[in-house]
Amino acid sequence: MKRQRFRLPSGGRIDRGDARAFSFNGRRYYGFSGDTLASALLANGVHFVGRSFKYHRPRGVLGSGAEEPNALVQLGAGARTDPNMRATTTELFDGLRAASQNCWPTLRFDIGGINDRLSGLLPAGFYYKTFMQPARLWKLYEKFIRRAAGLGRAPTERDPDRYDQQYAHCDVLVVGAGPAGLAAALAAGRTGARVFVVDEQAEFGGTMLAESGRHIRIRDTSPDAWREDTIAALEDMSDVTVLPRTTAFGYYTHNFIGMLERLTDHLPRAEAGNQARQRLWKLRAKEVVLATGSIERPLVFAENDRPGILLAGAAREFVNRYAVAPGTRAVVFTNNDSAYAAALDMAAAGVAVEAVIDLRTEVEGDLPRLAREAGIPVLQGYAVVATSGRHRVTGVTVMRLNDAGDGVSGTARKLRCDCVAVSGGWNPAVHLFSQSRGKLNFQSEMNIFVPGESVQAARSAGACNGSFSLAECLKEGADAGLAAARVAGFEGADAATLAAIEPADGPQRSLWRVPSERKDARMFVDFQNDVTTKDLDLAVREGYRSIEHVKRYTTTGMGTDQGKTGNVNALAIVAGSLGAEIPAVGVTTFRAPYTPVTFGAIAGRHVGGLFDPVRGTPMHEWHVQCGAKFEDVGQWKRAWYYPREGETMRQAVDREVRAARESVGILDYSTLGKIDIRGPDAAAFLNRVYTNAWTKLGVGRCRYGLMLRDDGMVMDDGVTLRLGENHFLMTTTTGNAASVLSWLEEWLQTEWPELQVYCTSVTEQYATISICGPNARALLGAVAPEMRLGGDVFPHMSMQEGMVAGVAARVLRVSFTGEIGFEINVPARHGRAVWDALIEAGAPHGITSYGTEAMHVLRAEKGFVIAGQESDGTVTPIDLGMDWIVNWTKGDFIGRRSLNRSDTAREDRKQLVGLFTADPQTVLDEGSQIVERVSEAPPMDMIGHVTSSYYSPNLGRSIALAMIRSGRGRLGETLYAPMPDGPIEVTVTSPVFFDPEGTRLNG
Amino acid sequence: MAEPGKIRSALAHCAIDGVVAKSGLDASISEQAFVGKVVLRGNPSDSEFLATVRGALELDLPLAPNTSSETPPVSALWLGPDEWMLICAPGSEAAVVDSLNAALAEGHSTVVDVSDAYTVLRLSGPASRTILAKGCALDLHPRAFAFGDVARTMIAKADVILHQTADETDDGGPVFDVYVARSFADYLWRWFDKIIN
Repeated sequence: MKRQRFRLPSGGRIDRGDARAFSFNGRRYYGFSGDTLASALLANGVHFVGRSFKYHRPRGVLGSGAEEPNALVQLGAGARTDPNMRATTTELFDGLRAASQNCWPTLRFDIGGINDRLSGLLPAGFYYKTFMQPARLWKLYEKFIRRAAGLGRAPTERDPDRYDQQYAHCDVLVVGAGPAGLAAALAAGRTGARVFVVDEQAEFGGTMLAESGRHIRIRDTSPDAWREDTIAALEDMSDVTVLPRTTAFGYYTHNFIGMLERLTDHLPRAEAGNQARQRLWKLRAKEVVLATGSIERPLVFAENDRPGILLAGAAREFVNRYAVAPGTRAVVFTNNDSAYAAALDMAAAGVAVEAVIDLRTEVEGDLPRLAREAGIPVLQGYAVVATSGRHRVTGVTVMRLNDAGDGVSGTARKLRCDCVAVSGGWNPAVHLFSQSRGKLNFQSEMNIFVPGESVQAARSAGACNGSFSLAECLKEGADAGLAAARVAGFEGADAATLAAIEPADGPQRSLWRVPSERKDARMFVDFQNDVTTKDLDLAVREGYRSIEHVKRYTTTGMGTDQGKTGNVNALAIVAGSLGAEIPAVGVTTFRAPYTPVTFGAIAGRHVGGLFDPVRGTPMHEWHVQCGAKFEDVGQWKRAWYYPREGETMRQAVDREVRAARESVGILDYSTLGKIDIRGPDAAAFLNRVYTNAWTKLGVGRCRYGLMLRDDGMVMDDGVTLRLGENHFLMTTTTGNAASVLSWLEEWLQTEWPELQVYCTSVTEQYATISICGPNARALLGAVAPEMRLGGDVFPHMSMQEGMVAGVAARVLRVSFTGEIGFEINVPARHGRAVWDALIEAGAPHGITSYGTEAMHVLRAEKGFVIAGQESDGTVTPIDLGMDWIVNWTKGDFIGRRSLNRSDTAREDRKQLVGLFTADPQTVLDEGSQIVERVSEAPPMDMIGHVTSSYYSPNLGRSIALAMIRSGRGRLGETLYAPMPDGPIEVTVTSPVFFDPEGTRLNG
Repeated sequence: MAEPGKIRSALAHCAIDGVVAKSGLDASISEQAFVGKVVLRGNPSDSEFLATVRGALELDLPLAPNTSSETPPVSALWLGPDEWMLICAPGSEAAVVDSLNAALAEGHSTVVDVSDAYTVLRLSGPASRTILAKGCALDLHPRAFAFGDVARTMIAKADVILHQTADETDDGGPVFDVYVARSFADYLWRWFDKIIN
């Protein structure tokens, strides 16, 4: 076992019997179970762990939890690597691998460190000022900026881990399981309410875990005994869910809370097994109790960023919780009493505490008294004015403060040390409260922002509410938990107040920038983003007044830690420069997430094959077996074309198109939207939603309909069948099935409630098989011997019911290809069997299955439009040359009035035409712009665009449909499609390319 | 000729030895193929309509939102203020449609057979609620969602109708019937399959 030089011989919450080997920057170290990566590194004397973002300055561990801005490491390797992980919240496991970020080639010798020497040239706004001109060089700048930006590296391989997600609901959510949170959860749980209590740490207890236990008692026992009793009681309650290692990271509307539970991040790979790595909880709480504690703020003093300088509370936690001495000789620098506990605990652990440097001239609290009694020198009214040490602090210089606190005087004293524990007071962790849109109040006595009035059903308790004493935390927590449960509808008796014995604190003294006799000394405010007091001063000098602008200009409070340690110091310094009060400057927005959340957890199980539903028709397996290529139409997989061995797409489509014209083709049309419309007013309703008239349509007959939006633009089309006097079956395009149903319901429910009509989606009830071509009738006759298929008894646009391949079917004689066509509808369960029967019966005719591409070619040859392809939401039926379908005499219909607007009625709108390329083999790109005259370079006056373009094997040339300004008046005109390789010459033609008389339909 | 017996359920392609079923820790899932499903719409404040349905099916339609009623072999799920789904044994849907159509010839109502438009995934076992909660945003605690309750909701990215057909106290309970559109069944099946395993 390798020696851990700074590990204390006893105490702490680590298991000395369970040693864990880990590596940091390739070196092997040992720690214990219960350690974090940070505590294990400190136990081995490693303070210098990373380089800062901008200046690449050596940085060490500053905090002991989520607030850590410096000790961000790259964890793991290969596909399982995570950047920017806080060493202070990374639980140590056997085999953990970590590396420093933002340094090259090594942490100790880092080329980027040159930035520190050049810091005078890298002021706030450096990028904005330097890389603006000339604009053409931006592409060059960007490369370098991107390389310099960011800290860790994102994995490049596919994430091999699984991530779980879970919705949950509760009566009371308690965020944070420190003394206030535990008291709240217990009080709420006792009422029988459904309670969730979550904490980001592996162990519940919050700050109690960092206590030595020497100076405080709860109910005559140690705080730890109370803690354990409370956790046990909570775990016994069946409706209480206890979630450690769970961060409530986002507080959204209506008490919706996002929480990240880390399930296996603390385990070696082998032990994690097949479990999900993390779980994203999406929790809806009736009431929320925020017990999120507080975050210590550093003092802003000269050269305050050297490794070995850390927060006093963190120093204390390392000693008491992890049994690690943060150094051998410590100096404590503070403006309040709490840091004296760190001094006392370090001294008790054998660290030589050289002195407590206290900004205050009067120091009266219990802890300072105990420190003096313990023989720790206290320098009152003193300040640290400089520090020394390159990769580790080696000493501090202290001087006497003047009365105003804005200067120092007297002789400079040097104190040697390898550790400086700093405290500038404590900021309530109001992040979630602020995210909930609650307003913050400034409490000037302690210079803190505390929760004001709640906007959502939330209450704050304990340190996050500005109540720092243990007694206050316990009382506020219990009161909040009970009150929350009562509001949620549960009864509970008031609990007796828990007695707590603890030291009393004296007042603090806030000096936002600790004076130094060296005017050029750098004082860091935001460690993660390398923002100094000078950057803030510069921003103010350059005219920035809003704290939100200062934030963006200097980057203070940005990045992964979002200014957890630096924000209040920054805005107090800005307020000082502006001569304003702190509350007048305000605070920047607290953004979710509180700590970073992996993309994997957000994606959850919605990855790979479950990324989005894939909808298949009842015949889907057949298409797969026949080697179809598929096209996504919404979530549907539609067969696109069926290439045979060695065929290109063009060859396959040509073959399919020819077969449909020459013999018989078969198409799976099941995805068409189908809506059953029934009621005494059904015909009147259709008159209003379609442009044409429906009243006189005979039972058993079909009609094509065009549907407009209220602005007169084409929305959808399809064939509707009259099944009875009051009963219709409407079809919609595949993509609009759901939206058309919603559209119909909207009009029925909001505009025409007097109409007696019910609409029911039956899209998926039926498999729809379309057959077309000269042999379609013969094929149908072969499988439906009892049906009478002659043109006289079964004309175009009519319907018959009968047995097809032994299954009761509804057959429509309709055509989207210009050939004789039948659409066979059978209940979905029979779809595959009927399809198979048609394929078998069609073999003598060389039946050919065709996909959506061939369907598009076939309909384009006939000039049939597709809603959503020729139309794009700006196209009227008149634009499409479909005046014939607009019935002006039947009464009102949706969009009618809009068709008479001056804009929709003007002559020079884009109109549907056909285009022939000069070279018949050239197929235009869909979307190509069309111009009258080609210029050397854009801009050119664009008069239209290509909406559909194919090679037509039946015509032996390319064809295209296009929307062209005043197109119908341009027949025969020569226009151009300018392309990168030169303009393509086209001639305007009729949009009907094939069989314009429609003779084949009735052949 | 197609063999009339060669019918295929929505999840026929997932069958192992002819059975569409999976079991995992404390839960199992199976397809209940070809269950009869009929959408009925009518005016709930029209007592004649309610009486006619009662006469035809010996069933009182549930009028409270998100509830169900049952007179074996038919049960009725509340889907909306004027919309119900009637559930009946495989093959009996035509009889239900015919008897309702005959009885409801007068007045404004609609009866539509949707047996093939949906299939049913039956989820059962002690872990059922947790499994549903991986993809369903509703509160499924027994206090909030109990025997007989119905909801139109989403599981993952599929629209479903959720119906609790047995309690935790029942053997193998609780049981949830999840109605899902035929083309979404494969997605939802794979979703549950991933979670159960």
